Amino acid sequence: MSDTQLLKVDNLSKSFGGVRALHHVSFDLKPGELLGVIGPNGSGKTTLVNLITRFVKPTSGTVWFKGKKISHLPPYKIVRLGVARTFQMVKPFYNLPAFKNMIISLYSPRMKQLAGGRYGDRDAVALDLLEEVGFERDAHVAYKLAGALPQGYLKRLELAKAIALEPDLFILDELFSGLSLAEVASIVPIIEKMRIAGKAIIMIEHRLKELFRIADRVIVMNYGEKIADGTSKDVMESEAVKSAYLGTEAD
Amino acid sequence: MKKRKERIDRGIKVRSTDIFALSSWREMIYLALPRLLPIVGCLMLPIVLGVYWQKVLLSVAVFALLAISWDILAQTGMVSLGQALFFGVGAYCAGVLNHYWGVSPFITIPVAAIAGGLICTLFLLPVLRLRGIYFSMVTLIIPIMLVRIIEATKIFGGTEGLSGMTPLPSKWVEIYLIMGVLLTVLFCFRRMLDSDYGLVLKGISDNDRSVINAGINIYWFKVQSLFIAGSIGAFSGAFMTHVYMFVGMPVFVLDYSILPIAAAVVGGPGTLAGATLGAFLLVPMSEALRGFGGLRIVLYGVFLVVFIVALPEGIFHYIQRKYHQFERWVEVEK
Repeated sequence: MSDTQLLKVDNLSKSFGGVRALHHVSFDLKPGELLGVIGPNGSGKTTLVNLITRFVKPTSGTVWFKGKKISHLPPYKIVRLGVARTFQMVKPFYNLPAFKNMIISLYSPRMKQLAGGRYGDRDAVALDLLEEVGFERDAHVAYKLAGALPQGYLKRLELAKAIALEPDLFILDELFSGLSLAEVASIVPIIEKMRIAGKAIIMIEHRLKELFRIADRVIVMNYGEKIADGTSKDVMESEAVKSAYLGTEAD
Repeated sequence: MKKRKERIDRGIKVRSTDIFALSSWREMIYLALPRLLPIVGCLMLPIVLGVYWQKVLLSVAVFALLAISWDILAQTGMVSLGQALFFGVGAYCAGVLNHYWGVSPFITIPVAAIAGGLICTLFLLPVLRLRGIYFSMVTLIIPIMLVRIIEATKIFGGTEGLSGMTPLPSKWVEIYLIMGVLLTVLFCFRRMLDSDYGLVLKGISDNDRSVINAGINIYWFKVQSLFIAGSIGAFSGAFMTHVYMFVGMPVFVLDYSILPIAAAVVGGPGTLAGATLGAFLLVPMSEALRGFGGLRIVLYGVFLVVFIVALPEGIFHYIQRKYHQFERWVEVEK
């Protein structure tokens, strides 16, 4: 694999019993690239994320990250190499203040490995990180119980937890789902900022309009297979994509 | 007009804990009382009580330690049904050291606590990946298996057990040793659970995937928690070996598994203090009910049900809430 590739997914497949959740999916990703993954429900998007981060064991195929094979490593080691993901279902500690929810990420061995990483008082670092993702410091939002925060803040908390790990690759699993337009608009600049910092980002999304606006490249999945791969414009015009989303016309 | 109960932190709580601006004796006492009360209580009780209740106190402390050990495991997402394993392994470790090599109790007890913790961790290492009820079932089975192994192979005295252990020098050493350990364990591990490390442990039980996602090896943390809980349980077993001057198959009985859970649930899980409080209620209650003969267990069961139905959050959580907050009824629109 060449130096310009950060992530390379090669022929990744997963079957659950007789169900083919993912079938020979391959793609690669350059540093600083924002890759969107779209597809109808059940098309294998989240399975793809779970396979890359190895929360689920692939049936066959390999994944390389920074030139290193990672598809045999346990998930926590993959995180330590610099892959951070967010979950579709946010599940914070509802009875703890928001900033305390950051502690687990800040406890990560990844923080100790990074030279020049953020050290020192974890609470202070947590507050800084939360401010970065838009927890207004003057309004003391970070001190509120996570259970009392609206969904938009919880998603941003989830994002801050990933940012805390200072990864080279972010995988955002349906970050925008369940958010209002205004909330999405407030998160987009954070993602843009991550990209400017040279981080690669994979975004699984159902909100196509918002995704097409920021993605460099889009992969379309259907029935566990990759049916299209290209720029937002190419993908939108592709016949295969239209039929996957709208169904084929009966003759 | 509908009404809703509102809970608000007492002013004194905010001043003395959140802001930590102590300006009067009242505030200092407010802060110190919850810490001083158990310490003074545990140290004074043995002097006040008669010989019979002193013995009961020993078993209260032992069950409190087992309940704390259960609670630590439960906080890490491992619901154990086999505290008897920890207790029994510790008891046999101390018993074997003392019986075959005549080692002094002051060495056997700490050695058994550490070695017992290690052995229990090794026993449960293969099932660490199991979650929920599957882990619980294994913890339930292992002590039962060990009893049968001892019975069948006749090792460590077989069904007879090992007797003639060296007792501790006096009953005062006995009682203050266990009280001292109980208080130390209670305060130290409460502090541990409140720290960032404790938060990671709680994170494992709450949402283990999000902890893995921070690059943390949850199995390593589970091993640590298992070792801590195992050592606490093994200590209490080793201690009882020297109190009874005997160790045998009864150390693996179900009582040592079930009563600590009842204590932790009645007292309020998650705080360790609740588990201790539960043991201080349930064990003496079971003794006090002895006069009822056959009905004892029935009454005991009724009390358990009443506690759990009336205070599902646990006694400790209830007291804590009343201490720190006041309630008032506010009117809700519509």
